Amino acid sequence: MFELLGIPLQALFGQLLIGLINGAFYALLSLGLAVIFGLLNIINFCHGALYMMGAFVAWLALQHLGIGYWAALVIAPLAVGAFGIVLERTMLHRLYKLDHLYGLLLTFGFALILEGVFRNEFGASGLPYVIPDSLTGASNLGFMVLPNYRAWVIVFSLAVCLGTWYVIERTKLGAYLRAATENPTLVQAFGINVPRMITLTYGFGVALAALAGVLAAPIYQVSPLMGSNLIIVVFAVVVIGGMGSIMGSIVTGFMLGLVEGLTKVFYPEASATVIFVIMAIVLLIRPQGLFGRRG
Amino acid sequence: MAGAAHSATAPVTGDAFRTQAVAFVVMAAAFALAPAVVYPVFLMKAMCFALFACAFNLLVGYVGLLSFGHAMFFGMASYVSAHAAKVWGLPPELAILAGTATSAALGMVAGAIAIRRQGIYFAMITLALSQMVYFFCLQAPFTGGEDGIQAVPQGMLFGVFDLKNTAVLYATVLAVFLGGFLFIYRIIHSPFGQVLKAIRENEPRAVSLGYSVDHYKLIAFVLSASLAGLAGATKAIVVQLASLTDVHWSMSGEVVLMSLLGGLGTIFGPVLGAVTIIAMQNYLAQLGSWVTIVQGVIFVVCVLAFRRGIVGEFARLIKKQL
Repeated sequence: MFELLGIPLQALFGQLLIGLINGAFYALLSLGLAVIFGLLNIINFCHGALYMMGAFVAWLALQHLGIGYWAALVIAPLAVGAFGIVLERTMLHRLYKLDHLYGLLLTFGFALILEGVFRNEFGASGLPYVIPDSLTGASNLGFMVLPNYRAWVIVFSLAVCLGTWYVIERTKLGAYLRAATENPTLVQAFGINVPRMITLTYGFGVALAALAGVLAAPIYQVSPLMGSNLIIVVFAVVVIGGMGSIMGSIVTGFMLGLVEGLTKVFYPEASATVIFVIMAIVLLIRPQGLFGRRG
Repeated sequence: MAGAAHSATAPVTGDAFRTQAVAFVVMAAAFALAPAVVYPVFLMKAMCFALFACAFNLLVGYVGLLSFGHAMFFGMASYVSAHAAKVWGLPPELAILAGTATSAALGMVAGAIAIRRQGIYFAMITLALSQMVYFFCLQAPFTGGEDGIQAVPQGMLFGVFDLKNTAVLYATVLAVFLGGFLFIYRIIHSPFGQVLKAIRENEPRAVSLGYSVDHYKLIAFVLSASLAGLAGATKAIVVQLASLTDVHWSMSGEVVLMSLLGGLGTIFGPVLGAVTIIAMQNYLAQLGSWVTIVQGVIFVVCVLAFRRGIVGEFARLIKKQL
């Protein structure tokens, strides 16, 4: 057996894989947060709860309606996105003229309500979600055994992240979006319906969270609390990356997942806190974040 | 957060001071007489959380910094105070002092990191730092993990007052609470407090006037952390328990809720908010996770319709500063 610094290579690659999976979720969630923050200037505290909701929509669809994984991958983001749009239209949009911190407080309230409702309904313990037949099994790569579902999660979430980046940075729609981030009044003066754009952006960011929830359902168990601990780590990821850049969110997400995986190999005691320590160091050296802009 | 806090912005005139003095006497008398009708342990717990909320409000209401991680100061002080009283056998006053000092030191470190960003980032950073402290407390051997530190001895205060006597304990907690409250009042109305308000209203302008803003923010942060620690350390002696609940992020959320409900940037709001929320938890405890839902609903209602909070709205009604 090959070894590196006394660590078997199998274990090393195994942890790196787990890190990459976590990184995929960090990237998807921080991407959604960054997109929402760009246009709405609020930090969506219920992002974790909506991720949990995405997983539950998939679970409920399978249990009660017999709708499988592939359909859930489309249905859950649409359903949760629609739910987000309702939240934005009925409540969030009243707060845009106020201090941005009220948006944080309101979405924190949403998060508490959603978590409470799901915990009442389904209890606090995790519910299993089976891996779809077409993605069961594993491939032997020679140096490690790669479960097919995990490979799919990494590839798919990377594709979604890069697709989002392409739309925002390289298309006309994205240009409107970036312009509205810089100066909404001016963009509106050019005849673009900015309020509708804001609503749809919120819906899209929330849908990304739900998509991450569906992807996570077969790996982690579906539980009402699955979102709240994850979202705090994602906040740290967002602070490290800075929310100024889309590509920055993606890169930081994957990178920190890997760092966390490596820490689990070399110094497991610190694996839960390593991202927060990195956040503190980044704040001391470069307060605006790795990819953030000054000011 | 500035909008909610205007009631306390103007300098204190003789009239306003009189109103606040009357309100303070009413509050002190209410807490002093309440044990005759209400369960004293509940009241002592409420006073600890009231002090905690006042300490939090010092930062959000008067410097405009929303901390989402104040549980780390409350919980850490609670652990240290419990450990000092139980394992080191320190008398209660020294145990509480040890807890408060730990929180002050922690506040110094966390503050130095967090004040490098403002607004939403500040909230996220404090939340992340407090999650780090939570994981530390989960793993550190002295905290007792999931069990926490139980059966903390209450001991003899200054070697003379037996805190096992509920009346003596109640008087002690009342003194700590009122002392902390007056200290915060004094900070807010000092020249130092005026600079804090200037920073809240317009930070670039405060910089241009020559104030070293970061310095002021850090001192305010450390003061707020220490007072939150004092509350947590006292709570550990009162309920004889320090547990992971005290450092969990939901505790940070609760203190935000208390201040928001009572009125951000009002002097008496956090006290009323804390008593309301603790009473709600006490009487709704059998409803289980419904408490979380109710708290969430209060958040939503407060933010959408009721941003001044109970005391803020009342103060506006009677056109006084409270």
